[in-house]
Amino acid sequence: MKGVPLSALFGLIVTGLFFGMAALAPWIAPYGMSEIVGDVWEPASGQFWLGTDNIGRDLLTRMIYGGRNTIFVASMATALSFCLGAFLGFTAAVYGGWVDQLLARGNDLVMSIPTLISALVVLSVMPVTLPVLIVVMGLLDSTRVFRLSRAVAVDINVMDFVEAARLRGEGQSWVIFREILPNALSPLVAELGLRFIFAILFISTLSFLGLGIQPPAADWGAIVKENREGIVYGIPAALVPAVAIVTLSIAVNLVADWALTRTTSLKGGRGA
Amino acid sequence: MPDPLLSIRNLRIEATVHAPGEPSREVVIVDDVSLSLDRGKVMGLIGESGAGKSTIGLSALAYGRGGIRLTGGTITLNNREIRLADAATLRSLRGREVTYVAQSAAAAFNPAKRLMEQVIEATLHHGLMSREAAEARAIDLFRTLSLPDPETIGQRYPHQVSGGQLQRAMTAMALCPKPDLVIFDEPTTALDVTTQIDVLAAIKTAIAQTGVAALYITHDLAVVAQVSDEIMVLRHGKMVEHGTVQQIIEAPRQDYTRALISVRSIEHTEKPPSAQPLLVVQNVSARYGAMAKDVLSNVSVQVHPGQTLALVGESGSGKSTMARVITGLLPLRAGQITFDGRTLPRALKDRPREDLRQIQMIYQMADVAMNPRQTVATIIGRPLEFYFGLRGAERDARVQELLDAIELGKGYGERYPAELSGGQKQRVCIARALAAKPKLILCDEVTSALDPLVADGILKLLLDLQAREGVAYLFITHDIATVRAIADSIAVMYQGRVQRYGAKSDVLAPPFDDYTDLLLSSVPEMQIGWLERTLATRRMESAGN
Repeated sequence: MKGVPLSALFGLIVTGLFFGMAALAPWIAPYGMSEIVGDVWEPASGQFWLGTDNIGRDLLTRMIYGGRNTIFVASMATALSFCLGAFLGFTAAVYGGWVDQLLARGNDLVMSIPTLISALVVLSVMPVTLPVLIVVMGLLDSTRVFRLSRAVAVDINVMDFVEAARLRGEGQSWVIFREILPNALSPLVAELGLRFIFAILFISTLSFLGLGIQPPAADWGAIVKENREGIVYGIPAALVPAVAIVTLSIAVNLVADWALTRTTSLKGGRGA
Repeated sequence: MPDPLLSIRNLRIEATVHAPGEPSREVVIVDDVSLSLDRGKVMGLIGESGAGKSTIGLSALAYGRGGIRLTGGTITLNNREIRLADAATLRSLRGREVTYVAQSAAAAFNPAKRLMEQVIEATLHHGLMSREAAEARAIDLFRTLSLPDPETIGQRYPHQVSGGQLQRAMTAMALCPKPDLVIFDEPTTALDVTTQIDVLAAIKTAIAQTGVAALYITHDLAVVAQVSDEIMVLRHGKMVEHGTVQQIIEAPRQDYTRALISVRSIEHTEKPPSAQPLLVVQNVSARYGAMAKDVLSNVSVQVHPGQTLALVGESGSGKSTMARVITGLLPLRAGQITFDGRTLPRALKDRPREDLRQIQMIYQMADVAMNPRQTVATIIGRPLEFYFGLRGAERDARVQELLDAIELGKGYGERYPAELSGGQKQRVCIARALAAKPKLILCDEVTSALDPLVADGILKLLLDLQAREGVAYLFITHDIATVRAIADSIAVMYQGRVQRYGAKSDVLAPPFDDYTDLLLSSVPEMQIGWLERTLATRRMESAGN
């Protein structure tokens, strides 16, 4: 890890901390997830580091389990949106013609409806389970990735080295995965950091509206929802998830920035 | 003796290089260069890319491009030290006492403003003349530079004039404020030879009439011999030789100068055509998309096995389109292409892999012809894998063989294209083409982007490989010297047609048709007075006018 800039190191540590807590939630959480252990909205103390929530559960425990759900759903949804969006975007750019028109116009159609509204409509008729949530979020987010990857790939597709591959008789999958993908990585990595954070905000929003992760399972959006009345009485419980989201956003994007400078290097990202 | 206009003493220029993945380091770009230029004289700065010639040129404006620092020596202009001058002094000097003509006029003009507005801008900015006087002077200069319609051409936008005209408009822009010194930075390099000669003549006339001093930067010794009084040869930021034009050309003292002068002196005796041509292009016409006009019309040429056909012509003559049609990237509209006795399908996607293997292509810009994220071994190895199914050690051994063939040693396989020089990149592209064991290689301006000495090396390598592997070349170029060096037969192309076609000795021997005469006579020769003689004797006006 020599030569990693300080900012990236900070990002890596914080991101690792969040993901580690998410992965090890059952072992590090001080109490049970939905165990009522104290009074309503107790202030922070040695016993409850972040205090308790609206029905007396330990807030730190809820945050850890909530982070587990939120980060898991957001990561899966982002992964899905990138695989699907980038693949379709590259395909549209490489094939061109009616394939491109069909994909791009279809994409425009989906994008013309605000994401939240499409998600609310779909989730109100489907059973809200984790896989459904992930697929819905992933599909909706993939429209953004599609746009970006198509735009990037159209530029790369006209380069001489792609033409050279075509003249050699290479198939489209070689062109997409070997010629275009490695050269499109930089903008995609930059987008990845942003998209992941948007996914976290999105799942939190859905949960806040009651269409995301269902109680009693915890989730950062749901914690805000459960504790929102407390704000009126000066209870900061609802703000804790917000702090967590901000911290994670900054950390993830610091890492993405660093990955970006590495992939931008034309030496194939093996520098530093 | 009066003081010189510009005097540079022991100039040292440094820059900080921030290579990705390495600590930043200082490099010396120009080291201990001195020159002095009298009023009304023209000095040519010549050298290959990276020789520091543009950097020295810009130092006369006390300007360093992107991170370049003028760290030592003195630059005296009109008896004033300017290297350490403050910004206000420099602002009053730039565009008034010293002006600059850039290589690419198309990139240097603002496309949204009329020419006149830009030509007189510096003059008005410095308050040297009233708008009317400046416009009158600009029109005078347009006339001196023999631009068409000097009265009204200033009302046009940059895209409404040709490249050669734009370059002359830029010269007018530089001369308008009546500067003492103009820096010409490769003003004709991006132009066709037939246009270059006119721009060169115009610049020479303008310099003579206005009595301005000039630094003329170029990599082409033949060009600089036409316009300068003195020449300075530079290499790796150091002065190699300095002398009058006559002395440099007729009695060079340094080996490097001699190499520059004798460049393109490869002797190649033409081979007689064989009975069975390899590639027959018959009455081919092609056009792009829904264009109403053919880019290629009724073209017929042949390439014989193991021989080279050179396609010559200026930009827009259809040379590269021809390559695209042969590869099938642009399906032909009429006519037929026969390769090795069988008719080639029109479109790339209909061709069997064997046909694709037999015809390989090398591009002009080696940088973009290789995937920047693949190593040299992958780039060369892929055709081996793809066409011959070679894997593992077998493949690596063959890659090394090919690397040896292109005179790159061990260790190059692990490099990425960004870690190669321009000439090495082009060599790797040649190896990639060779890997397929083709019978025909299409070379599209493969030496145009390279320095003369490097280009020479590439041409020698291509000739060697032809002798060894018996591969045929279709060689697309605009450079007659290259054609002389490499071709067995020549097709001269003009506006999508073959103007003249035959064996090299026939095509290059008189009597010429008008276009071939113009093309051949426009190639600068390394003789003093060549420009005037040629202009006096030629029969056809070039299209740039």
